[in-house]
Amino acid sequence: MTFLLTEDQEMLRDTAMAFARDEMPVTRLRQLRDSGANGVDAETRQKLAELGFFGVIIPDEPGGEHFGLVGLGQVLEAQGRTLAPTPVLQTALIAASALQLGGSAEQQAEWLPKIAGGEASFALALDETAHFNPLGIATEAESNGQGYTLNGMKRYVPDAHHADSLIVVARTFGEAGDRHGLTLFLVPADAKGVSIQALHSVDSHGAAHVTLEDVMVPESAIIGALDKGADVLEPVLDRAAIGQAAEMLGSADAAFEMTLEYLNSRKQFGQLIGSFQSLQHRAAKMFTELELTRSCISAALSAVDEGKPNVAELASLAKARASELVHLVSNECVQMHGGIGMTDDADPGLYMKRARVQEALYGSASWHRDRYARLAGY
Amino acid sequence: MAYDESVDLEQFRAQTREWLEENCPPSMRTPMKDDEIVWGGKREKFKNPEAKLWLERMGEKGWTSPEWPAKYGGGGLSRAQNRVLQEELRRIKARPALFSFGLWMFGPALLEFGNEEQKLRFIPDIVKGKTRWCQGYSEPGAGSDLADLQTRCEDKGDHYLINGQKVWTSYADKADWIFCLVRTDTSVKHEGISFILFDMESPGVEARPILLISGESPFCETFFTDVKVPKDQLVGEVNGGWQIAKRLLQFERSSISAGGFGGTGGSGILGPEEYAKMHIGTDSEGRLIDGDLRGRITDHKMYAKAFNLTVQRQAEQAKAGQQVGHTASILKYGAAKMNQDRHELLVEALGTEGLGWEGEGFDPSAKKVTRQWLRSKGNSIEGGTSEINLNVISKRVLGLKDHK
Repeated sequence: MTFLLTEDQEMLRDTAMAFARDEMPVTRLRQLRDSGANGVDAETRQKLAELGFFGVIIPDEPGGEHFGLVGLGQVLEAQGRTLAPTPVLQTALIAASALQLGGSAEQQAEWLPKIAGGEASFALALDETAHFNPLGIATEAESNGQGYTLNGMKRYVPDAHHADSLIVVARTFGEAGDRHGLTLFLVPADAKGVSIQALHSVDSHGAAHVTLEDVMVPESAIIGALDKGADVLEPVLDRAAIGQAAEMLGSADAAFEMTLEYLNSRKQFGQLIGSFQSLQHRAAKMFTELELTRSCISAALSAVDEGKPNVAELASLAKARASELVHLVSNECVQMHGGIGMTDDADPGLYMKRARVQEALYGSASWHRDRYARLAGY
Repeated sequence: MAYDESVDLEQFRAQTREWLEENCPPSMRTPMKDDEIVWGGKREKFKNPEAKLWLERMGEKGWTSPEWPAKYGGGGLSRAQNRVLQEELRRIKARPALFSFGLWMFGPALLEFGNEEQKLRFIPDIVKGKTRWCQGYSEPGAGSDLADLQTRCEDKGDHYLINGQKVWTSYADKADWIFCLVRTDTSVKHEGISFILFDMESPGVEARPILLISGESPFCETFFTDVKVPKDQLVGEVNGGWQIAKRLLQFERSSISAGGFGGTGGSGILGPEEYAKMHIGTDSEGRLIDGDLRGRITDHKMYAKAFNLTVQRQAEQAKAGQQVGHTASILKYGAAKMNQDRHELLVEALGTEGLGWEGEGFDPSAKKVTRQWLRSKGNSIEGGTSEINLNVISKRVLGLKDHK
């Protein structure tokens, strides 16, 4: 395992950080929110595509070099710093990984270049209840002779309000809760019977409920093997959790820096408030949590690239700790800013709102703690 | 021909392996027993005679301190060679030949601040484990505010005269020499402190062990009454000791966080989840029945994993020449929290089995847990309290300002 970036990854990181700072600062999110764009930003998406950020884990030639998940983690961390809504996690990480791990040669040849070029966007339609529960799938896919007919309802699907394609997790066998019997389907978002209900979420990134009513897809729409979708889904969700955690690290870092700046500039009782020991100690504890969590995320990203057997354990470690970190740092950011932190004009509230969404996606801290314990056998 | 270090390293590995094969006694390749740890010094009893042999052989090579210069008795190895040595030692599961404050704290500081004569005089006996050192820092009135220390050191022309009292002096009753902070100027605070060395057998030195809540006495109260010290035993400048003191504290904090606290993971002690399975039980899917305890154990295990990954990350960054900055305090703070949480969970998971003190009727490993749990309460006090470490992080790392 390595905690160090290669020279190429270092350059990618610098580019991503500069891009987030200059092209998609927090004010961009405010503009999108205030104009009612609901997190849809075609202009930024185009620029991200030009920089190659959608192809970070996709080699030019099959089997060729790429930046790896470590590289993509740098891009996600950068966009987390400024809370930018982009399709990178859903499309460049989740869809690309699903296709790489489970896609047929035809699917890969058709979709991976389009993803890398920023010409295709995806959304993973997974959850059916308000809590992450990847095996609790009731959406049915029934064989109809020529293909499958899908019926069901997916809740709070990130990016589904603007993606061109959906990756739908459906049940072809068994009952909700069974690991066996899940199948992944590639479904065009404009297919007959798909209805998308856009949601206006607290973080202004948006999402959608997706209803599938007698949606017909051919057999070639299956990603991976029939009934064995979990074999693809689980490693994809581990990577999603790690990628989400990398984004959260960026958000926590930025919120913490903002808090430190405020502690070092705001005066009360004739003193900088940062000179009060009760605030200093809370800042020092946050810093310790940040540094510990940074190591976990770095280890998890590189474990994927190195094909280590403990990816699931490290994914749960990274996501659980990142969830606790953004929760703590965003709350303290609001509190330490005092009344200013309660105003819409100031940024702390934006970080807190986004934090709660980040915490819920791909498994909350308690979901991942439970899995960490199960993996450790107790 | 270009110099190829890897060829040399492979040769060094082969030689090292051969040497260890011949010189590391069989019992020194078995897990360390608590009562066979060697601290060296004149009063070392060597419960296991092979431990004596092992120390002599390692000391002769200078391999108790592999990277220290050979002219002071150190191993004179490069960093790369030392890595090879450590790998080979781990390969045969060799015990450390010597535990020593001299190796971990005083030696590194003396190499940095001592004069040539002092280094030649003191370092070789640290390497060979012939002198056991103790640390004279805290005083009854100077704990967290260490610089407020009052032990007086007066210049009497041809010698210094020391009067005062130290406390929490680890193993002062077993040490041969002390490195000690003393006051040479009473009109200023930090700028009036000097760093001095003397023999614990000097007339006027008395060490009294302090009985702790854990039933052990690793620390002493140490009294100095008209102790005469030769003038060449003062390190650095008169009144320049605070700089040395701080540097030495960094060595101390990093040795605590790297090596863990005394007693962690001691022989025969299981993880909290194992005791919980044993004494509380699991459901049909193998999960602990007490879901709340299960969650808290997991929280702790995640913290411990994150801590260990951070130690690895910093080691890698340091090796690559990257700035790791003031990380010692982060790790010291984290190590204390981790060890205390672990022991609270161990005692909780053991239930009444974890409440034994002595005698029959309790699992022996559980009795050890009870003692270690009590001992762990000192982790957030010794070597700089957690509160002081948080002060250091906020001021030196985060740049927060002092209260006016």
